[in-house]
Amino acid sequence: MPRDYSLLGPDAARAVATGLAAADWYHSDVPRKEMKELMARTDGPAIRDTILLYGIMVLCLGFGIWLWPSWISAPFWLAYGVLYGSASDSRWHECGHGTAFRTPWMNNAVYQIASFMIVRNPVTWRWSHARHHTDTVIVGRDPEIALMRPPAAARVALNFIGLPDALAGWKRMILNASGRLDPEEASFIPESEQPKVIRTARVWVAIYAATILAAIATRSILPLMVIGLPRLYGAWHHVMTGLLQHGGLADNVTDHRLNSRTVLMNPVSRFIYWNMNYHVEHHMFPMVPYHRLPDLHARIRADLPPANPSIRAAYREMMPALLRQFRYEDYFILRTLPPTARPYRGEFHSPEA
Amino acid sequence: MPLIDACATEDIDLEDVMRFDHGGHSYAIYRSPDDEFFCTDGLCTHEKVHLAGGLVMDHLIECPKHNGQFDYRTGEAMRAPVCVNLRTYKVTVADGRVLIDLG
Repeated sequence: MPRDYSLLGPDAARAVATGLAAADWYHSDVPRKEMKELMARTDGPAIRDTILLYGIMVLCLGFGIWLWPSWISAPFWLAYGVLYGSASDSRWHECGHGTAFRTPWMNNAVYQIASFMIVRNPVTWRWSHARHHTDTVIVGRDPEIALMRPPAAARVALNFIGLPDALAGWKRMILNASGRLDPEEASFIPESEQPKVIRTARVWVAIYAATILAAIATRSILPLMVIGLPRLYGAWHHVMTGLLQHGGLADNVTDHRLNSRTVLMNPVSRFIYWNMNYHVEHHMFPMVPYHRLPDLHARIRADLPPANPSIRAAYREMMPALLRQFRYEDYFILRTLPPTARPYRGEFHSPEA
Repeated sequence: MPLIDACATEDIDLEDVMRFDHGGHSYAIYRSPDDEFFCTDGLCTHEKVHLAGGLVMDHLIECPKHNGQFDYRTGEAMRAPVCVNLRTYKVTVADGRVLIDLG
């Protein structure tokens, strides 16, 4: 029977009935003292990275506008676009967890800006992401499964230029601004929070309306190159890295070692992605800030499948699996745990079992 | 209800939390940075995760699963996704022991 990814469909009901929903998940052993040290919050690294991010964006924007409409401006727009349309994904993510900064208003400020850039309502997506962490890649429960089975190839390919996710985000923004919520989002957002969804959508509509009016008044797409379009022309990096998080791996298991992927990456991608390449570690311990994930990885890697050594290597592992899923959607990559690791579902491996 | 002897004061580090199970119920006992002790229900009101695996920052406890936060002195939900307050219990410290009133 084909998988039904709808949050209100039969697979959702089955996940609840079989205990897959809100289940207990596997965690590697980390002594409490070490974990406290890893979880500790500080503002320094995120302030540094945020100044760097917004500083580079302003510089690129300045050169882009100065050289506009010459093609010489293109590299600056491409760089600005990646920081707007891709780095905003990781900032939205990390600040949504509240782990990037120790100071709450800093987390909230960057979260709001990043949510606008990536076109994800900051209220809706906070709840959606909470569900993703509760029920990671549980079919019918996880609203953030990027690669369904079989993969929707055209949709995935178009997402490299921001379509159709950005269009869906803008469509949802207009729906929310009209005072309504989609039934699926209403299923995971508490009623008390729903007015905030609508309020934010209305602010966003006002910003986009002002941008479009500026474009009409100046008879130029330049205002839209600054706000809105970079979500499309700069999306490729976050899609490239995001697909690797769970693509081709097991679904409906309660062990992040089997359904998530850690990929070692170059420093530029790690800056844009804010270390979310350590994805098994992040899911297992979402309290650990992005800048401590490499330390966490070093401490628990004996209990994890080997990390993919590069983006290229990870795609070489994932792509054949996705291609096979077109013909046989139950196919997946079974991660091999090292001999030093505790097994998945240890109860099946104990002498008493 | 009599006070329940939960643990020794030195069982919990400063600015930390410990799980305490009693009578089929789970509690979280906190030691604040200013060396005061507090007690709340042990499970997050959002998705019933044990708060003792979380992070104590000043007077906040952050849930280890979804990063929701409570003020453990009052039980007040401070940060989404938690919306429902935690129940709190009175704590007394006597002779190096942490006693909680579960009444």
